[in-house]
Amino acid sequence: MTTDTAQQQSRGRDWFTRLTGAAGTTRLGSVLSAEGRLGDETVQFIAVVPDPQGRFPRAHAGETGLEEGWTLAAEVDKVIAADADRDVKRPIVAVVDVPSQAYGHREELVGIHQALAASAGAYAAARLAGHPVVAFIVGKAISGAFLAHGLQANRLVALDDDAVQVQVMGKEAAARITRRTLAEMAEAAKSVPATAYDVRSFATLGALHRLLPGDTDLEQAREVLVETVADARSGPRDLSSRLASPEARQARAASAEVRSRLAAAWEA
Amino acid sequence: MNAQTDTPTGTVTDTVRTPAVVLKDAFTELSARERAASLLDEGTFRELLGPFERLESPHLAPQGIVPQSDDGAVVARGTLGGERAVVVALDGKFQGGGIGEVNGAKLAAALELAADDWESGKPIRPVVLLETGGIRLQEANLGLLAIADIHAAIVRLRQYTPVVGVVAGMVGCFGGMGIAAGLCTDLVVTRQGRLGLNGPEVIEQEAGVEEFDSRDRALVWATIGGAARAATGLAERLVDDDVSAVADAVHGVFAAGGTEPPRSARVEDALALLARIDPARRLTARDLAELSGLPSPTDLTALTDEPNGAAK
Repeated sequence: MTTDTAQQQSRGRDWFTRLTGAAGTTRLGSVLSAEGRLGDETVQFIAVVPDPQGRFPRAHAGETGLEEGWTLAAEVDKVIAADADRDVKRPIVAVVDVPSQAYGHREELVGIHQALAASAGAYAAARLAGHPVVAFIVGKAISGAFLAHGLQANRLVALDDDAVQVQVMGKEAAARITRRTLAEMAEAAKSVPATAYDVRSFATLGALHRLLPGDTDLEQAREVLVETVADARSGPRDLSSRLASPEARQARAASAEVRSRLAAAWEA
Repeated sequence: MNAQTDTPTGTVTDTVRTPAVVLKDAFTELSARERAASLLDEGTFRELLGPFERLESPHLAPQGIVPQSDDGAVVARGTLGGERAVVVALDGKFQGGGIGEVNGAKLAAALELAADDWESGKPIRPVVLLETGGIRLQEANLGLLAIADIHAAIVRLRQYTPVVGVVAGMVGCFGGMGIAAGLCTDLVVTRQGRLGLNGPEVIEQEAGVEEFDSRDRALVWATIGGAARAATGLAERLVDDDVSAVADAVHGVFAAGGTEPPRSARVEDALALLARIDPARRLTARDLAELSGLPSPTDLTALTDEPNGAAK
């Protein structure tokens, strides 16, 4: 086990603090939310971080749990409400470093699926209301946690770094469940990029708007986020850009084919 | 009953009405295709991208898995109580109902087209029959992206109409699709329908047997079973495992106009409930119902008895 101090450090907290210059305190120690500047406008930055003092022990190490899901929803809802009467909606940047969803009996009983639905639903509602929503992936982006915090964004931007992983289950858990070694999993992933953990493999699926060098500094990151917000604002309020990229036309050709053929068959 | 004996297209209604052996018309005995047909008005079932179109997963054969010609998802148009409707049924018998690129895209696209219809002035009622362990591990991030599309489509569509999810069993509904269930405005569940994020086996593996003993079946049903979900406000309608009962409940949602605001938007209530939970105490469904201000479930046996015929 690491110390509490080590557990509280995270790439998510680090990037959040650099982008906002704020502590970003909310009612929950593991969800940060603060205004920051991008170009000439105010942006809401939101992150999930470890909090060893959190009330629910299964979410101490940065896991997205019951309180995280509902608190993310509350923070996003506040932004939507604040801009309800404005024509130009404030951008939201989700700083993504989410290693896992929380695994626990209480989590299931109380409905962690519902908590994560709340935040996914809030981000989607913000997007539909016209807020440009950008996910900036600076660490792990795993499964239910990523669905709750990041995957409803109009645009995904990631750092090309070994610490950045996108997958449907943490590496060790996936190895245990599929009864394979980590080496066997890595070998299998070579021929099936969708099962790989590294962000370059994820990029081949075409859902990323930008993949930035791992040594991207704060000013470069800001420039890219400004461009990404503008791009999101100029496009439709759905997730269709993920299927429109040249990479997606290859890697997700079946997704496009299903859509066109279903549309053709829709009316008898 | 399995996928091979499904009636592939067309007039399945007759077989639905006359089950061979069971005394009542058990909904969970039906195939995905029959389930979809059983909800639609008689004679209106029309399958889109059915098995003969052979839109199967391109990712399974290279990994040594035989694909299925509908990729485990049935998209059906028809009418529901006389209104235009689309029903999407996941097939729990194929790869545990796992979401891959193609079956995920079928579900997402059906909901997107339904939302397009509303936005061009054509009302349509959406129903999703959820029978899935979550993401299909062989397709991994392709399934993850498809589920994000499904979430987006549900949120968009529920601006216009109730979106009804049905969790009948035997597989249940887990993972990212558990989150999708959480986004539906109304959930119809049976006692056999288990709903959650992480399955008990995964929690036991990740957090230890003292956290969740997955072999304690009574505990499993009392935590994630349909009766527990309905008693604690995480599902709106608990019905018997019966074709007519499920259909009546689905019709009832549309007749009543759906739950507003939906569960996933009741943020302050949920945060207030979490604040009332004592983290030092082991919590039961009865405790949770009481903390939620819901009637205490009187028949706890109903929460803990193994439902007849449920998956082990």
